[in-house]
Amino acid sequence: MSRPLTASEPLVAARAEPVLEVVDVVKRYGRREALRGVSLTASRGERVAVIGPNGAGKTTLLSILAGDQKPDEGRISRSPSEIGWVPQQSALYGKLTVAENLRLFARLERRPDVQATVERMLDQTDLRDRAGDQVGQLSGGNRQRVNIAIGLLSAPAVLLLDEPSAALDPRQRQRLWEFIAGLADEGTTVIFSTHNVQEAERHAHQLVVLADGERLFGGSPAELEAAVGASGDFEAAFVSFLHDRGH
Amino acid sequence: MRWLLVKDLQILRRSPLLVALLVLYPIVLAVLIGFALSRGPDKPRVAVLNQVPESGNVISLGGEEIDASKYSKQLFEAVDPVRVSSRQEALEKVRDGEVLAALIVPSDLTAKLQSAVEPGTVEVFYNAEDPVKRQYVENTIEAQVRDANVALSRKFTEVAVSYIDLIVSGGDFSFLGRELDILGLIKSEALLRLAQENLPQTSVARAQVEEVIRFARLARENLDLSDDVLGSVGEPIRVKATVIEGGSTPLSSFAAAVAVTVTLMFVTLLLASGMLALEREENAFRRLVRGLVSRTALLGEKVGLAAACSAVLALVMLIGLALFIELEWSRLPLWVAGIVAGALAFGAMGVAIGAVTREVRAASLLAFMVSLPIAFLALVPSGSVSEGLYDVTRALSALFPFRPTLDAMDAALNDSGSMLGPLLHLLALTLGFGLIGRLAIRRLG
Repeated sequence: MSRPLTASEPLVAARAEPVLEVVDVVKRYGRREALRGVSLTASRGERVAVIGPNGAGKTTLLSILAGDQKPDEGRISRSPSEIGWVPQQSALYGKLTVAENLRLFARLERRPDVQATVERMLDQTDLRDRAGDQVGQLSGGNRQRVNIAIGLLSAPAVLLLDEPSAALDPRQRQRLWEFIAGLADEGTTVIFSTHNVQEAERHAHQLVVLADGERLFGGSPAELEAAVGASGDFEAAFVSFLHDRGH
Repeated sequence: MRWLLVKDLQILRRSPLLVALLVLYPIVLAVLIGFALSRGPDKPRVAVLNQVPESGNVISLGGEEIDASKYSKQLFEAVDPVRVSSRQEALEKVRDGEVLAALIVPSDLTAKLQSAVEPGTVEVFYNAEDPVKRQYVENTIEAQVRDANVALSRKFTEVAVSYIDLIVSGGDFSFLGRELDILGLIKSEALLRLAQENLPQTSVARAQVEEVIRFARLARENLDLSDDVLGSVGEPIRVKATVIEGGSTPLSSFAAAVAVTVTLMFVTLLLASGMLALEREENAFRRLVRGLVSRTALLGEKVGLAAACSAVLALVMLIGLALFIELEWSRLPLWVAGIVAGALAFGAMGVAIGAVTREVRAASLLAFMVSLPIAFLALVPSGSVSEGLYDVTRALSALFPFRPTLDAMDAALNDSGSMLGPLLHLLALTLGFGLIGRLAIRRLG
């Protein structure tokens, strides 16, 4: 399933059918606008990175797509029930085994064949050997794999990941991105948030840059490179790009 | 919801230390509370109506005068006396819960003691809404009456001995204002012997014989009197106890009701609040409520789980207690009804606590901090605090499940009253706390 990653690869045209459209979404907390008319379109098998500094609105956007919050304005083409969601911190029961966690959520998702679903996920996450281990005893990387697997139980067309690599070491991160790339290759649209610009550039087909709830950029990593004028240090150029736009 | 229950039971099965603590802690605490309860307050408030006139306080026994007020002073020092002017006022204070009991000393008490024929009787009226209080006041008053009885008995014994000595040795005796010269058995024997020797077949010493006859009669009367005196020696003053408020629950059965209620409270509160907080601590809550389970169903599952676990534990505990104290097995369905209703109310309160906390430790701490005050508030005896403060404690207790659960268990175990009121009260609290939990989890979750 896992494979080495290259720099962001263009999507094959046949796959470029939109599976999710977000149009002019606005979210307010009192008088503060957390999102100001944010739009994005994601295609089948596309990896979309939502990037920006802290407080940019990344988590707010993902939580709206996940159905955790309702937008004050705007339109989203899919209901939250059709979207898989993987929170930043693993939402698992540490006292249950990997298989028990998968089985529980498969039952709650009302999967027609629970055992087959669990088997598929164990294979997909490469955790068959750890199926009987309690989740509390797994490494952060393996826990995150189980966390993602649960988001995938209902075989959603779109999977949301909130800062999926935040608490992982470099080796675990690499394995995670290989896993995500494998999912996308199989047709799942993956939308993830991160504040690691270089990681986003390396692993996403499309980047959406948010700052203070406003969408500053939407396009491929190459287009963003061109926009920020990065010659060497992409991260420094990106910070400069934000600064030039008053952020 | 079934799968959530299975999951929670799996988690509990893998937390043996937590389960052991949940089982042992309330039992230990129930025992400690039982000990604390049995001590009672230092000085119970008792309404006192002393109808003995000032002039009637002195009793003359065997030529010695005894001041009865000395014993009443001792009693008043052992209680917090509230002087009342009438029997009706005394009874009203007991009914209102202003005092724990009323003690009425009848006007003829000292006269009866003086007569040494019939024991005197004091009347005590108890408020038995709480058998712990009743037991304590009963013990206090009985201890004082026992002290008085010991002192009076000693005096009566001296009198009895002097009567017997009079019969044996003879001497002067005053009876109804007349001075009598008692011959005594010793002299009688001598006289009879003499009479026997000297008396011819035809009676010449009729006067001597007459004297012997008189002695025999007086001796019989004196011995009768001694019998009465000796009959009074054991208990010159008797206590007539009447319950005018509440039931007649034995203290041991009431302690069982308290133990069950304490167990239900701790196990259910800690389990319900902890298991709900665990969903958030594990970050699973948001995942669950994203269409997998409704918030209401999630709360219902936690209430059901905690209530079922604690109800089973409480029932097992009660069955264990029934081996040592007398409980009516025929009332088992009522035990179960009381336990289940109490467990559900505590479960609802538990999820309300769990809904406002984000982690298990915080939930446990909050549940623990809330539990003890509501238990102690519910156990404050009437008469031990001022009337206004007592009303406040009763009102506060009514807002939490401890008091109605205790009332329901007391009624179930001891037939101390109707169960319907406490059960409806618990149902209302279940719904109320369930609503609070639902609102809190919507707002904070």
